[in-house]
Amino acid sequence: MESEQIEIMIDGRSVKAQAGKSILEAAAAANIEIPALCHHPDLAVRANCRICVVEIVGEKGVVPACATKIRQGMQIITDNDRLRALRKTNLELIMSQHREECADCVWLAECRLLKYVTQFKAKIDRFSDRKKKFATYKFGPIEFDRSKCIDCRNCVEICSRQQANFLELKNKGFRTVIEPSYDPKKDCIYCGQCIVHCPVGAIEAVGEFEEIRNLLADKKKVMVVQFAPSIRASIGEAAGMPYGSVVTGQLVAGLKKLGFNKVFDVSTAADFTTIEEAEELVDRISQKKILPMFTSCCPAWVKYVEFYRPDLIPNLTSVKSPQNMLGSLIKTYWAQKEKIDPRNIVVVSIMPCTAKKYEIEKPEARINGLKPIDTVLTTRELGRLFRLNKIDLKSLKAESADDPLGVHTGAGVIYGATGGVMESAIRTAYWRLTGKNMADLACTSVRGIVGFKKAQVKIGDLTLKAAVANGMENAKLILDELAEDPKAYDYIEIMACPGGCIGGGGQPLPVSDEIRKKRAQALYQIDCEKEVRVAHENPQVLKIYDDFFAKDQKKIHHILHTRYKQKQKSRIATIRQKD
Amino acid sequence: MIIEKIKAANLRGCGGAGFPTALKWEMVRDAPGEKKYVICNVSEGEPAVTKDGYLLAKHPEIVIDGVKLALSAIKGSLGIIYLRKDYYKKHKTRLKSLAAGSPIELFEETCGYLGGEETTLLEVIEGNRAEPRFKPPYPPQSGLRGCPTLINNLETFFWVAKIASGEYIGNRFYTICGDVKNPGVFELNKDYPIVKILRETGNLPAFEFFVQAGGGASGQILLESELNQPLCGAGSIAVFDKKKTNLCGLMKKWSRFFINENCGKCVPCREGVYRLDEMLKDGAFDAESAKAIIAVLKETSFCPFGRGVANSFESLINKLWNQNK
Repeated sequence: MESEQIEIMIDGRSVKAQAGKSILEAAAAANIEIPALCHHPDLAVRANCRICVVEIVGEKGVVPACATKIRQGMQIITDNDRLRALRKTNLELIMSQHREECADCVWLAECRLLKYVTQFKAKIDRFSDRKKKFATYKFGPIEFDRSKCIDCRNCVEICSRQQANFLELKNKGFRTVIEPSYDPKKDCIYCGQCIVHCPVGAIEAVGEFEEIRNLLADKKKVMVVQFAPSIRASIGEAAGMPYGSVVTGQLVAGLKKLGFNKVFDVSTAADFTTIEEAEELVDRISQKKILPMFTSCCPAWVKYVEFYRPDLIPNLTSVKSPQNMLGSLIKTYWAQKEKIDPRNIVVVSIMPCTAKKYEIEKPEARINGLKPIDTVLTTRELGRLFRLNKIDLKSLKAESADDPLGVHTGAGVIYGATGGVMESAIRTAYWRLTGKNMADLACTSVRGIVGFKKAQVKIGDLTLKAAVANGMENAKLILDELAEDPKAYDYIEIMACPGGCIGGGGQPLPVSDEIRKKRAQALYQIDCEKEVRVAHENPQVLKIYDDFFAKDQKKIHHILHTRYKQKQKSRIATIRQKD
Repeated sequence: MIIEKIKAANLRGCGGAGFPTALKWEMVRDAPGEKKYVICNVSEGEPAVTKDGYLLAKHPEIVIDGVKLALSAIKGSLGIIYLRKDYYKKHKTRLKSLAAGSPIELFEETCGYLGGEETTLLEVIEGNRAEPRFKPPYPPQSGLRGCPTLINNLETFFWVAKIASGEYIGNRFYTICGDVKNPGVFELNKDYPIVKILRETGNLPAFEFFVQAGGGASGQILLESELNQPLCGAGSIAVFDKKKTNLCGLMKKWSRFFINENCGKCVPCREGVYRLDEMLKDGAFDAESAKAIIAVLKETSFCPFGRGVANSFESLINKLWNQNK
């Protein structure tokens, strides 16, 4: 039924569309843009912004295109004077809730509000900003400026689907507000999905541009930058390139141009994570220790466990996330090698993620008393830093990341997509248990942006029961299944964000399944083209294991592993609006 | 069969929308589903309308009979009497004893005006925020907890019982209030012109006047020259002395009511009502500006609430504002 094609007319044009689709979806599939604001392809249809109203020939009123299903022969009008006048007034009413701060907005050139205001000649100051005195809330690395919120509620839905239920809808009528929860049993997991689902930039991550600019000017410090696997497949978007453009070399060149002394690749650390995690998995299985083992690369997932499910802490792998792993290696191994006092090294980490800003602040993450990473910038923030410095990635000549922490395998790159950590670890665990590499390295059963994937992997005599979830609502499905059958799985990878890091809360806007697919595809393409695709064959990594760690298990544990602790509800700061 | 009788009597819903009652009953009866609901809506949130409260006090047994008729016409159905808070407190004991032995429960509603809108009513009974649902699906297809659901106003059930006992003669109840000598609830023919209703009840003023018909907040303004038509919408007629009535004051009363009662879900209602209220509060009412807001309320609001706001404001501005100035 769903795939049945029906014929409709949109603005006099005959269009074939899939039965069951909304007018908005059918129009989009035919490349006809109907203005819409509160609609997001990831979310339920709420139909509350009333911008996407259209006419249907033969019907008196107007209908919201997002919530109206197409019917055979339906004739739709998406643009005329009546619709334009209605959209204009509704836009003006929306703008009256939204304090403009366009220069400092996550949407920048992609802002639909501004686009529609121009398109419909709306007066943005037709009404006074009724929320201009509304305070900003700050919780962890997230800032929610309510003077920009248009009450569309997208954040409330995504927060609930992310299992945090932290953003709450209160009161009614014009007194309706969205607020962080003061319930001690609820806390933010810092995934940042509210940011990427807010149509008007009311929520953003705490930015640190100023600090970076000042630090880069400090000649006494050695400035090191590291970038996460997924950045190479998404930062191009910030420079106006197509979704899924791979720009690793230009990214490195851009970072050097910014003034960083060294550019390292977190994919290299991902190879360490893979080797350690495969080792721990083999150990847990062979020694009949606590199973299933959960991955811990995703700090939002870890925060969820530490706050909501501390009973699962023993199931988290003790291996550090690639971000903190590389920071720790830079401030120990690399500092020693280069004979630099680690206190004089500043590590800036480019992450697709807002929770990574929180991960570096955890006391248990410190390495010899130092934070492994000094500053985290999201992909969006780096994009802005490039723009501010007039660095255009498109025009840069590709450069390579620096040795020795810039050399990585294909396994280290696919960490950026859901299933990537699992696939990399399976490749290495297979080798570890059988002494040879898998004949076909591509574990397609754990790939793809499907929310919840299961796989049984035959490794010698062992059948590994694996599960992969992306998006916390899918993680919840796994946790529910484990409550029924604790032995359902041996190894579970969880990424809090839809699609994994390529769909992270720090990634460029907009985002959708289509875009996430293209970003993931780019990473798998890199893996495919890499000569070395298994972590345990990374020559630099093996050399560091031999030369620096020299089988010293205590040292390995000290630098490459971490601990977890039950977390209490964190503070919510209220910042008054400046006049 | 009761449904055939209702059809022959040509009864329409008395809540305000005037949907043919027999058709609604058939839709629920014929909808697939083991479990169904019959809901008697006694939210009566519209100002100036008190006829449901009147019937509840005077003839609760007839109302319950009407609900029971629906339960027997619709297989597998459970009944709910959905009462606004004060009605619940006042009448629960009597209603419970009248309903004893049948699958009828009482529900105490606490959310005000919007709680009477049928899909909001469903959300409220399900324990959710008091906000409307998108239609379709309509309640007869998928209503309470996804089951086919019949929702009728209390007065509708009253007339169904009267149809069953052969006593229905095409009347309805009118609440008459405002600048009149003889306010109250009256039973008169549903097709009488408004002027006749006022005359027969001893309420036709001798002075220049206008009325708000079909609800004390969402009803439309009718001039003396327009009273030769039957009443549409909710069963109320409020009479205003044209010389003595301050139009801004009247609109302010509406805007205050709507600003406190709207749910906040959609932009035109949440923000539009806020701006109408702001203009009236500041004494800076600008009819042209108001018209743009009224247009989005009328055409783009999510549920009938916004159209109700537009109904009263638009008719007042069109009919009285300009001549007033």
